[in-house]
Amino acid sequence: MSESRTSMSDWTRKTGAELADALAAGETTSVELTQAHLDRIAAVEGAIHAFLHVDAAGALAQAAESDARRSDGDLRSPLDGVPIAVKDILTTTGLPTTCGSKILEGWIPPYDATVVTKLKDAGLPILGKTNMDEFAMGSSTEHSAYGPTHNPWDLDRIPGGSGGGSAAAVAAFEAPIALGTDTGGSIRQPGAVTGTVGVKPTYGGISRYGLVAMANSLDQVGPVTRTVLDSALLHEIVGGHDPRDSTSVDPPLPALVEAAPQGATGDRSGVRVGVITELGREASAGSGWQAGVLARFQESLDLLVEAGAEVVEVSCPNFVHALAAYYLIMPSEASSNLAKFDAMRYGLRVVPEGDPSAEDVMRASRDAGFGDEVKRRIILGTYALSSGYYDAYYGQAQKVRTLIGRDFDAAFEQVDVLVSPTAPTTAFKLGEKLDDPVAMYLNDLATIPANLAGVPGISLPSGLADEDGLPAGFQVLAPALADDRLYRVGAALEALLEKKWGGAILDRAPELKGADA
Amino acid sequence: MSDTLLSFEESLEKFDPAMGLEVHVELNTNTKMFCGCPAVFGGEPNTQTCPTCLGLPGAMPAVNAKAVESAMRIGLALNCEIAEWCRFARKNYFYPDMPKNFQTSQYDEPIAFDGYLDVEIPARSGEGTETFRVDIERAHMEEDTGKSLHVGGATGRIQGADHSLVDYNRAGIPLIEIVTKPIMGSREKAPEIAKAYVAQLRELIVALGVSDARMDQGSIRADVNLSLAPAGSGGLGTRTETKNVNSLRSVERAVRYEMQRHAAILDEGGSILQETRHWQEDSGVTLSGRPKSDADDYRYFPEPDLVPVAPSREWVEELRGTLPELPREKRARLQKEWGFSDLEMRDTVGAGALGLVEETIGAGASPQAARKWWLSDMARRANEKGVDVADLGVAPTDVARVQELVDEGRINDKLARQVFDGLLAGEGTPDEIVAARGLEIVSDDGALGAAVDKAIEANPDVADKIRDGKVAAAGALIGAVMKEMRGQADAGRVRELILERLS
Repeated sequence: MSESRTSMSDWTRKTGAELADALAAGETTSVELTQAHLDRIAAVEGAIHAFLHVDAAGALAQAAESDARRSDGDLRSPLDGVPIAVKDILTTTGLPTTCGSKILEGWIPPYDATVVTKLKDAGLPILGKTNMDEFAMGSSTEHSAYGPTHNPWDLDRIPGGSGGGSAAAVAAFEAPIALGTDTGGSIRQPGAVTGTVGVKPTYGGISRYGLVAMANSLDQVGPVTRTVLDSALLHEIVGGHDPRDSTSVDPPLPALVEAAPQGATGDRSGVRVGVITELGREASAGSGWQAGVLARFQESLDLLVEAGAEVVEVSCPNFVHALAAYYLIMPSEASSNLAKFDAMRYGLRVVPEGDPSAEDVMRASRDAGFGDEVKRRIILGTYALSSGYYDAYYGQAQKVRTLIGRDFDAAFEQVDVLVSPTAPTTAFKLGEKLDDPVAMYLNDLATIPANLAGVPGISLPSGLADEDGLPAGFQVLAPALADDRLYRVGAALEALLEKKWGGAILDRAPELKGADA
Repeated sequence: MSDTLLSFEESLEKFDPAMGLEVHVELNTNTKMFCGCPAVFGGEPNTQTCPTCLGLPGAMPAVNAKAVESAMRIGLALNCEIAEWCRFARKNYFYPDMPKNFQTSQYDEPIAFDGYLDVEIPARSGEGTETFRVDIERAHMEEDTGKSLHVGGATGRIQGADHSLVDYNRAGIPLIEIVTKPIMGSREKAPEIAKAYVAQLRELIVALGVSDARMDQGSIRADVNLSLAPAGSGGLGTRTETKNVNSLRSVERAVRYEMQRHAAILDEGGSILQETRHWQEDSGVTLSGRPKSDADDYRYFPEPDLVPVAPSREWVEELRGTLPELPREKRARLQKEWGFSDLEMRDTVGAGALGLVEETIGAGASPQAARKWWLSDMARRANEKGVDVADLGVAPTDVARVQELVDEGRINDKLARQVFDGLLAGEGTPDEIVAARGLEIVSDDGALGAAVDKAIEANPDVADKIRDGKVAAAGALIGAVMKEMRGQADAGRVRELILERLS
């Protein structure tokens, strides 16, 4: 019994690429791998709460199909048979999709998001749907209507957000890989605070069809993994043009999977790395940036220099307005997107006493179905779009957005990639910032500019902060459509850091008590 | 409660009307504006839907290129500029039949703008026609909403209904909204110009082949904005917007009604409430809808799920090359071909029967016969039923076939009217109706001879007169025979038989 559990849980420690290799070598089956992860979920979910829905039967059926295909020699993708977790904001036929909101309680979509179709076509069994801040609004997953997710490094701390569920699931070895979405940092910031890797691809690089929109012009689907290579593998599977998403880009993706090993093993000399003044040196002088996070960032930078990279400081003066612009554009789009939740056709319906009108039902359902943060953003966005205020708020924010894009253009004239710490601090305590929305918003200071400009970014672990022993993140940003640079530079740094640490960062995470229970 | 009206003449003495017409045209594309669902009329409720047109969470729109092409062709036919770059925008408001609670439309960047339509109306002199130029502000693309059916309650309106059913088959069907600039200086011709504008716009749409253009089915819908200003002031008064104007006839009547209603209020020193009103087809009045001041802040912003539409100039020129003969030119050509007088042509156009007459001629009827049936018989029937002649339910091919039967001597004009009765009653094709109703003219001498003998016997005095050489008296006997034969006798042959017997 205990022997079999050990061998099963061994599979959960492997990366996606390692699992793919083991499947190819005939050392295991997809059913065995999937079951191992389902067992791990059963063991630790009580402590972590990374999932909103676990689909054991569906995942095992998909795994069995993968195994059957493998025995016929018909493989659909490099990750065929490797199980995955999917953020609950992506529609899945027959599986609940709540977006972490009460208003969608009980809704079972009749269609798959394009990325989910791609996962199914590629043979990846879907373990379940992961927890998130309601409609992706938050940086801690505390705004989920179904209770918070806990950080595997310290269960009293937040796993980041909005995609805390996907990051925690991967960090807690409940899933080898996962999909997230990133509107202002919802993949990268959870990656930073859980010691995992998260990628926000170029805007338009991955279809948004079936991603329940928070802010359409900012949202992007992306990989959540434990290694840079796994992100590249997953990115290639779900990426590419989709005729159902007009904003998805036509040019084919650059070779991403190739880029990762090239970066890890090849010559790093001559890579021009730009440190963003406004998110580095200047930031350290300001309040809110944790010394340990900045120390790990500097250390990573030094490693890149030792490996031959040229590091220069680059100013992006308009980044200081990014947060303000983001908090006008995002709620404006969100206020309009969320109007469809009127209790008339699906989801929660609250019928007040008496003889209520359709309007009364809408009002009562929206009041009961939306959480405070969602209501806050609906009000903000509705106000910002109102006639008489549009020019001053939404219009002005769009101008800032243009300027931020120009800052990036100018910076990428000088350097190949831009870098910064991913988030200003390590994971904070659950409840610490719940009553202070602005403090919560400040978490996304470094990640938001990439969303506003549509450029790709990756966060990977830079080490543990001295003050609290919790993971910090290193962010790499590249020009639009040059996502391969994220993988090249990211894999290079990952290799240098793991050599220094003598292993992966998650090896240093505390054992979860639940795992032994 | 009924509105007080000032007489039309007095209204004009005191006030000048200004109109603005908004016409929605449902395109006849195969698929909807932003998804691949069929865009056809009818179908069981909610069978032509998908995640996108149902506005399900996560679904996204993708623009129908054919709809953009149709919009551009309409714009070009209306002498508009075609935008080099334009975007869709969200118009945010709540309504149960609008799945996303915003309509994807265009706001300050329409696909077509600054055009005009020269409308022909009967000349003020009474002779021939004159042209009135209606300036077009813009033509933009948008999606239709679903359709609500309010169940229970007396009026079928949302007020007082027990519950409402929503059919989303129509949701997402491409619409082009064509908006005029304020139409000034129309004076007593205002109702006529409004009707002629919609009629001739409809003809243009038909010629372009971009819509079914059926007002009775809602594939063309007109909203009438109207305001009055003191005569000669040159100003603009407070307007009302009358919706639900679903026939050409109603356009004219609604303008006239609102002019008289506004005039009565203003004449009493009152002021006009800026509001939406609804035209009541049966009672011929407008009823107050929703006050416009009720916070119409649609919070427009560019639709982030769609990329801008940027038609190349080559495409625009290519489409300009596909424009059909414009209705005005076509009318001139047809008048010449058919040999119609100005008055005949004017009446044909005025009755909204030009296309019907054309199709009837195309199906084999002579121009005069086609005109005769549509302008006398059909127009009268349409008027009795209170519908446009095009919506009567009689097809041009049927009219042509009836005329063919007359030409063949198998029926006469009087019997033809009974065939039309049958057509309207849905009794089948003209031939089936002639057979079923036994309408064919009898020219068989046996049957006719017996009737003639009976008539002579019954009218000895008349018979004597004819014997005395007063041939004109034969008419009375022919009448008696026709009566006996229920109108189905060949009158010429009857005359011959009478004269044979009495000479």
